[in-house]
Amino acid sequence: MTIAGVEVLPTAGAIALALVSVALFLAALRLFRGPTLPDRVVALELISSLMVGIIALVSIVGEQAVLIDVAIALALVGFLGAVAFARYIEKGTTARGLAAEAQAEADRAEDP
Amino acid sequence: MNDLLAALLVLLGALLMLLAGIGITRMPDLFTRMQAATKASSLGAGATLLAVALHFAEVGIGVRALLAIAFIFLTAPISAHMLARAAYFMGVAIWERSVIDDLEGRYDRRNHRLESPPWARHEDEERPRG
Repeated sequence: MTIAGVEVLPTAGAIALALVSVALFLAALRLFRGPTLPDRVVALELISSLMVGIIALVSIVGEQAVLIDVAIALALVGFLGAVAFARYIEKGTTARGLAAEAQAEADRAEDP
Repeated sequence: MNDLLAALLVLLGALLMLLAGIGITRMPDLFTRMQAATKASSLGAGATLLAVALHFAEVGIGVRALLAIAFIFLTAPISAHMLARAAYFMGVAIWERSVIDDLEGRYDRRNHRLESPPWARHEDEERPRG
């Protein structure tokens, strides 16, 4: 379909790809700046969800319907990655905090 | 007609994803960043996938696109919840101008149980086991 001689969908797809690229750059900025590990994990999760959108856009602009399977697989992998990161952060930091508490208690018991 | 609708959905999705990107750089702390990034980006990806379903107008592609949308909408809140919980356990600071922290002192760091607030407690409720 064309409006005033312009193909609507390819034009919209190109504009959308430019906008999502800016969003991808901003997410990468947060990935570099941090400051904490969960911040970086949130940035990675946003990047994976933006990549799903980019793959959908490319499948529209390039008329490649099969790319939707790639988007599904990427969404799956991104979810698993985020859950794994969350589990490791939770278990790791809690274990370290409890170990530090136990160490402090042992130090107090050693020299009153 | 289908293509016009698909183009609108594509632009809407791209704007939402751009909003997620702006939110994740501009928001002041982790939890506000998460609420900007998670919701806007999943709605943006959902709108774009819906545009794919409209554009190709085939049963196989449409079903797969709807499946992907359902999957994203089911999993995005789960991963965001787990990440926020892990970050809270880790002790990530909330914004200094936040008004209230309802979870303060309620998480048992040994067994990872969350205590109910006083107003939601039943009389006969079992006390959290240590």
